[in-house]
Amino acid sequence: MFNFILKRLAVAVPTLLILIILSYVLMHAAPGGPFTQERAVPPEIMANLEAKYGLNQPLWKQILTYVTDVTTRFDFGPSFVYKDRSVNEIIAQGFPITLTYGTISFVVAVLAGCTLGVLAAVYHNSWLDYLAVGISVGAQVLPNFVMAPILVLVFTLWLGWLPGGGWQGGEWQFLVMPVIALSTSFMASIARITRSSMLEVLNANHIRTARAKGLPTRRVILRHALKPALLPVISYLGPAFVTMITGSVVIDMFFSTGGIGLFFVNAALNRDYSVMMGITILVGGLTIIFNLVVDILYAWIDPKIRY
Amino acid sequence: MKRTLLFSFLLGTSLATAALAASHMKDGVALADEQVFTYRVLDDIKSFDPQINTDVDGSGVLRDLFEGLFNDDAIGDQVPGAAKGYTLSEDKKTYTFTLRDAKWSNGTPVKASDFVYAWRRLVDPATASEYAWYMELMGVTNASAVTKGELPPEELGVTALDDKTLQVTIDQPLPYFISMLTHSSTFPVPQAVVEELGDQWTRPGNLVGNGAYVLTEYQPGERVVRERNPEYWNNDETIIDKTVALIINDENQALTRYLADELDKTDVPAGQYPRLKAEYPEEAYSFPRSCSYIYFFNMGENGPEYLKDVRVRKALSYAIDRDIIVERILQGGQYPSYNFTHQATAGFKLPPIEWAEWTQAERNEKAKALLAEAGYGKDNPLKVTINYNTDEGHKKIAIAASQFWKQTLGVETELANYEWKVHTDKMQKGDYEIGRYAWCGDYNEASTYLDLMTSYSGHNNAKYSDPEYDRLMAESKTMADPQPNYTAAEAMLAEAMPFAPIYQYTGVIMLKPEAKGWPVENLMQNWYSRDLYITAE
Amino acid sequence: MIIEKEKMTSLADRLVEQEVKGRSPWTDARKRFLRNRAAMAGLVVLVLVLIFAATGPFLARFSIDEIDFMIIGQVAELGGPSFETGHYFGTDDLGRDLFARVVQGTQVSLMVGIVGAGIAVIAGTLYGAVAGYAGGALDNLMMRAVDILMAIPYMFVLILLLVIFGRSIGMLFVGIGLLSWLDMSRIVRGQTLSLKNKEFIEAARATGVSGFRIIIRHIVPNLLGVVAVYATLLVPLMILTESFISFLGLGVQEPLTSWGALISEGAGTMQYGTLWQLAFPLFFFVITLFGFFFVGDGLRDALDPKDR
Repeated sequence: MFNFILKRLAVAVPTLLILIILSYVLMHAAPGGPFTQERAVPPEIMANLEAKYGLNQPLWKQILTYVTDVTTRFDFGPSFVYKDRSVNEIIAQGFPITLTYGTISFVVAVLAGCTLGVLAAVYHNSWLDYLAVGISVGAQVLPNFVMAPILVLVFTLWLGWLPGGGWQGGEWQFLVMPVIALSTSFMASIARITRSSMLEVLNANHIRTARAKGLPTRRVILRHALKPALLPVISYLGPAFVTMITGSVVIDMFFSTGGIGLFFVNAALNRDYSVMMGITILVGGLTIIFNLVVDILYAWIDPKIRY
Repeated sequence: MKRTLLFSFLLGTSLATAALAASHMKDGVALADEQVFTYRVLDDIKSFDPQINTDVDGSGVLRDLFEGLFNDDAIGDQVPGAAKGYTLSEDKKTYTFTLRDAKWSNGTPVKASDFVYAWRRLVDPATASEYAWYMELMGVTNASAVTKGELPPEELGVTALDDKTLQVTIDQPLPYFISMLTHSSTFPVPQAVVEELGDQWTRPGNLVGNGAYVLTEYQPGERVVRERNPEYWNNDETIIDKTVALIINDENQALTRYLADELDKTDVPAGQYPRLKAEYPEEAYSFPRSCSYIYFFNMGENGPEYLKDVRVRKALSYAIDRDIIVERILQGGQYPSYNFTHQATAGFKLPPIEWAEWTQAERNEKAKALLAEAGYGKDNPLKVTINYNTDEGHKKIAIAASQFWKQTLGVETELANYEWKVHTDKMQKGDYEIGRYAWCGDYNEASTYLDLMTSYSGHNNAKYSDPEYDRLMAESKTMADPQPNYTAAEAMLAEAMPFAPIYQYTGVIMLKPEAKGWPVENLMQNWYSRDLYITAE
Repeated sequence: MIIEKEKMTSLADRLVEQEVKGRSPWTDARKRFLRNRAAMAGLVVLVLVLIFAATGPFLARFSIDEIDFMIIGQVAELGGPSFETGHYFGTDDLGRDLFARVVQGTQVSLMVGIVGAGIAVIAGTLYGAVAGYAGGALDNLMMRAVDILMAIPYMFVLILLLVIFGRSIGMLFVGIGLLSWLDMSRIVRGQTLSLKNKEFIEAARATGVSGFRIIIRHIVPNLLGVVAVYATLLVPLMILTESFISFLGLGVQEPLTSWGALISEGAGTMQYGTLWQLAFPLFFFVITLFGFFFVGDGLRDALDPKDR
């Protein structure tokens, strides 16, 4: 197990390095730079800007400097567009926000999804099952950029219950709509997985035996069926987390939450090289960590798996 | 009996309220107790540093936090700001400003040296300001040499004669020099604070300004809050206590939140003005704004052969039905445009433009004839490409233009939509055929537009070049009344058609009926929170 | 939305097992599939959508880019769905016929989905089969590469790619295809490993058949079931990804359109009295995704019944 973790961490280093180089080169290959504006910046001013941000160096040297700064000083450099602030600051400010609503959505999705899935499986072929399946399929295909404006229309304009956007340090009123918009499709996916694996488990021999012996259904499910049924869900959590971060683009756009999702898209569009790099590395690193955690969790729950 | 008592009690309270409100009056209207103004901005504010900022929303915030030598009034005329007044030398090249007794928000006095510091900072290569060219545009002596690093910043033509006297020398007389001083690039910064705190000086709490407001809260991607600065010299006249800018990326979302009373002001999405005006007649506004929307024709060496023929350029331009674009697509009171300079620009006289007077049917006939003359027709159809950047409005206009050309002229159009940076890069490199462009005036005078088309301008993406045009514009700089030259220049553009004018902008906004004082008559839309006020409902 | 890895592996195991036993998995599967009501309904829906995409252009009274100058500017009042004006689905904001545009968007989205899934499946299968068949250091290298690629935040890279190389259907295919061949390659590699020591492969090798031919002739055909199921389930994923990209304004060029572009336009204007602009594209989008879902699930259940 320990070896396995070490091995995975060893892969993480080249992964991040490749990610850095790939994004850096791609970014610089893109037409236009951070200082391209509708009114062309005169060449002498462009020269000053490039000197200030080190863009006049050859590309390999820029990458080298960048990697050195990141690894030795954990310094992701200044933003090229939000010139008052450094990338570290932008991430320090935006990431906790994304993490907050992301985690809450995640928990909501897992709890609601599992419950829905288990109920649907236990009451297989009842109206509850059909309802759960209907909800989960529907929620999976409704894009969140359609759901977000509908939510605001209903809860803010018509009912007047919730503020239409903002963050305010994460008070609950500001969290409700982002969490709904972000969690529904995950909830639906989880519900689907749970349902089908629960059905499978309920058909397995030892569960049938337990039920035939007259053990109460509730106990059979909680004691014996739940754990194996939830296994497939766990392997889904890694990718789900990353998709959650991607989904934050829409959330930040519609709810002005100030998370890093919108910063990433804007950085890519504005050629804000350093912010773009910083967020890519952050998300890449998190992906690695999360996949690792999921694998460990998996091995821990299911001792049959050996690495 | 009881009833009367209650009645008199009610009467009493309402009288008391009225008396209280009376102390809160503006132009005879009672003011609301809570003076907070909330408006929408599209994107995050990129910098709170006057010499670093480059965008319009940023300037709006900076005008509250800092004060330049002059301010705009409600109709866009200049009124003294940090300066009390000025004298101009005989040769009209030396301005001497007297500063008023004012304080920075930390209580220290505003000195002429703060202006000197800020202006040098703007052109100093070490600052690497993207707006360093503004100082060159103002014609301040040595601005260009300092930016290039050929002279030290100390050589810039601005000096502090004493704490309250600032002297500026410019290379040649510039009739609109004063109007350029309201631009946020020229705002002073507190030398002591900037030097002490370095790049941390723009943080809320650190930022020290001489404007009517101080920055109290900044949540990136969410909100910017500024509150009344008690040290401001004209604090007594300021009514709004707090201004909040909410960053809302999606304009439809912003409108929903406006309708839910979360905003006092927002922008109207294209095409929604007539409906909103009918539904909320007191809240929907449309007023001229100094920007001009054009389609550049690439006449440069990288441009396509067909655009080198003036007949083709004219045909393409004539065939665009601007009335449909303005009345059916944008629907926000924009002006159909047949020239470059915004028609509401101060002192500008629209030259008589022949084709502007024709009906669209006449223009279409003429266009067909010109295109046939140029050798294009059914058997040899013209194929063109329109470049535009990602935006709902640009997309709609490009689609409409392609339809006009197809239906009237049989021209086949390819639409090439690029994201912003790519589009701009292609335009500036001359790697396009027909490209969308918009120019917004830096100051309220026609040369801010017409200088663009000189052969030496860095923004002349059409690569239009005519020595006579250059001569007209160079000459206009020193003329007592440059308007005849502007008129002549516009006439030349109408003949050469280096671009197709499309429309001239209006500001189209929703403003709550209680929110008053928005400068709808200011073409430059330089607004100040301290001019606004909220009336009691 | 996701594809469940466990189930795909289980399916692949079963198919290989049956092949080894010399029994075709397809005959029983067809019966089971035909009995699955949800899957059949999904199939019918998909066929109908395909017919709509194929015949729509002949039914439309307008082209996709033609502006109706009678309607533009008063779309909310005049642009609604109507047989009289010939705009069966109404018009978009510019007075263009929404029926024609939905038909066209359907074609683009289906194509993106199917081609994207095709690329992913082909790339994944070949890659996995080569890695598994070669074994040793090459296998190790190839699989480490997959590990590394798995940690790359794909949506981010896709956005970068579209920003850099400009928006085009081709780029969209490549970008979206790049997204999802990794899982496929792992599954295929696993199966190849277990297949490669089987007798029939050894026999082929002994007669001097080249490695590549063995992969193409003997290993890949045995994975056809997995490939079919995986591809069916990938299509809706691709369509969803495309819609997100279109929402970001990086999708196909005007005047072409896609479901994602139409839905995002419609969603922007839904409170302005032009709800049909959202409703029609969303309807087709949703039923098609449902269809692919049910067919994919049904296919998998048919090929890998749990009551074995």
